[in-house]
Amino acid sequence: MDLKKINDYTWEIPKSGDMKVPTVIYTSSKLLEGVKRDRTLQQARNVACLPGILKTAYVMPDAHQGYGFPIGGVAAFDLEQGIISPGGVGYDINCGVRLLKTDYTEKDIHEKRKQLLDEIFREVPAGVGKGGITRLNRNVLLEVCVKGAEWAVENGYGWNEDLKRTEENGRVREADPGHLSLRAIERGMPQLGTLGAGNHFLEIQKVIEIFNQDVARVFGIHSTGQILVMIHCGSRGLGHQVASDYIRLMENKIGSRGLPDRELINAPVRSPLGQQYYKSMSAAVNYAFANRQMIAHWVRNVFKKVIGSSEGMDQVYDVCHNVAKIEKHSIDGRLKDVCVHRKGATRSFGPGREEIPEVYRSVGQPIIIPGSMGTASYILVGTREAEQLSFGSTAHGAGRVMSRHEAIRRFRGEKIKQDLESRGIELKSTSWKGVAEEASQAYKDVDEVVNVSHKAGIGKLVAKVVPVGVMKG
Amino acid sequence: MKRYRFLEHTADAKFQAFGETLEEAFGNAALATASLMWDWQEIEPKVELEVEIKGKDLEQLLSSFLEEIIYLLDSRSFLLGSPDHIRIEKTEGLYRLKALFRGDNYSEKYKIHGDVKAITYDEMEIESRDRFMVQVVVDV
Repeated sequence: MDLKKINDYTWEIPKSGDMKVPTVIYTSSKLLEGVKRDRTLQQARNVACLPGILKTAYVMPDAHQGYGFPIGGVAAFDLEQGIISPGGVGYDINCGVRLLKTDYTEKDIHEKRKQLLDEIFREVPAGVGKGGITRLNRNVLLEVCVKGAEWAVENGYGWNEDLKRTEENGRVREADPGHLSLRAIERGMPQLGTLGAGNHFLEIQKVIEIFNQDVARVFGIHSTGQILVMIHCGSRGLGHQVASDYIRLMENKIGSRGLPDRELINAPVRSPLGQQYYKSMSAAVNYAFANRQMIAHWVRNVFKKVIGSSEGMDQVYDVCHNVAKIEKHSIDGRLKDVCVHRKGATRSFGPGREEIPEVYRSVGQPIIIPGSMGTASYILVGTREAEQLSFGSTAHGAGRVMSRHEAIRRFRGEKIKQDLESRGIELKSTSWKGVAEEASQAYKDVDEVVNVSHKAGIGKLVAKVVPVGVMKG
Repeated sequence: MKRYRFLEHTADAKFQAFGETLEEAFGNAALATASLMWDWQEIEPKVELEVEIKGKDLEQLLSSFLEEIIYLLDSRSFLLGSPDHIRIEKTEGLYRLKALFRGDNYSEKYKIHGDVKAITYDEMEIESRDRFMVQVVVDV
C-alpha cells in the first residue's frame, strides 16, 4: 500500500483502485508503527471506497483495527449519493465521556478519597449482569430514548444546566424508538443507569498541568490540584443490539455483495432502512446521554454525603465517541449537510459553531480524552482548522496495542491495584480479570496521541489530569 | 478434541471452535462465547430455554445464535451452562437452528468476569474439512 508522508503528523494513502477519495492519517512515526501492525490502514482504505464518501477518509491518532471501519475512523457521506453504516458508528453507540468539575482541591478530599470511591462504587451499578436501580417499564424506556438526558433531569437526576453542556443538549431530536426491536428494548430496560464493564470507568481526577489558562478558565478549570470527575460509558445492551439488528436487516435487504468486508454493510442515507437505522441509532444515543446523566447525579450525591456539598460540581461537557450525525461542513467551498460518521473519535468544533454551548462559543468546544486505567487523561479544545482537516474531529482515547488475552497472561489485577495504591491511586473494580485486561501497558501512549492532535491542529491541549480514584466496571 | 481455543486479537476476543459435526462446532462456539463472561462448567442446569434461530446463510445463523447468549443474559439474567440438542436445517433457502439451552439464572453464587458486547462478522470462518471449525471475533 502506498503510504506518503505529508508532514511529521500527517500521512496519506493516495487515491487508487476503487478508492473514491484519498485517506489521511493523523499520527506520528512512533504511533504509525503500531498502526501498521494490524489492519487499520486496510480498513481505512476500504472506507474510502464507499459510495458517496466526501473529500477524504480520516484516521485519528489513536486508531486501531475495528470492524469494517477502523476505530478512530471519520468519514462524511453525501446525503443524496451517500450511505450510512452501522459499522461506521460501532456497536457501543454513543460510548462517550462526561466531565464534572468541582471546586475542591486534592487536599480537601485526600483523607476521604477512599470513602468517596467506596460510596460511588455502592451508588453506581457496574459490572456485567448488574441491573440499574429500577427495572423500567417499556413506556418509560421509550420516553428515555426520545428525550435522552432531558428525561433524566425531568426525573430528578441532575441539573438543567447540565443539558446545555452536553453534545446535542443531551437529546438528538431525530431519535425514534419506534424502529427499535423488542430485543433492543428488553436489553435496555434493566440496564439504564449502569456503568457496564470492559473499558468503561469512572475516575476522580486531579488537574496536574494547564497548557492554556484562558481556555481552561472558560471550561471551569482554574488551578492544578483541582478535583474533577470523569464518567466513561455508553448505551449498554440497547445500543449493541441496535447495531447488530441493523447489520442483519441491511444484509437481508441490501446484501453485502461487492463489499470488501461484511462489516461495511450500509444503506443509502435517504433510504427507508438508512433512515430507520439513523433514528434507532439516535434513540440509543439518547439512552446513553440519560445513562451518564443519572450516573453524574449519583456522583454529586456521594460528594454531598461524604464531603458535605456538591455545590460547584458543574458539568464541563459530555461528548460522544461513537456516532453518526447530520452536520454542516464545507465541501468544495460550499457549506452543505453531510452525514458524518465518527467511530472512536470526538467532535472537535472550533469557535463560532452554533452546535456548541454559548459559554464555549468564543473558544471552541471541550474535548475529553480519557487515557487508560491509572494513566493521564486530557482536556483539549476544538479548532476551526479541524473543520477543514477532519470534519471537526480528533482522537477519543489511548487505543489498545495489546490483546486482552495477552494482558491477562502478563498482568495480575491484584498487583495492578497495589502499584496504583503505591502511587496514591485508589482502585475499585467488579473483576480482577477486568483490571488485568485494562492494564495501562495494553494501551498506546495517550501523551503521544494528544500531542499529535495538538501538532496536527485537530484539537489543542488545554489541561492534563491524573486519577486519584478509579472505579472500573 | 479441544472444544475451542482463543487466538490473539489486539482489541477484542477471537476464537476457533471445533466439532465432528457443524452442530457440535456451533455448540462449542457458544461455550467459548460464554467462557468470556463466566465459567460455564460451574453453571447448574436448573433452567431450560428453547432457542430457535434463523439465518440467510451459515455466518448469519452463527452470529444470531451466539448473540442469543448475550441477549438472554441482558434481558433475563440467564447464564448458559450447556447448549444441547442443536439441530441445523436448511429449508427453502433459509437456515434454521433449534437448541435447548440449559443453565441458571444469575445469582451471587456465580462470578461474572467479563463482557461481550456483540458478535461480529470480522474474520468469521466456517470450515468443514476432516472436521468442522468456526472462527469468530467478538466485540468485548
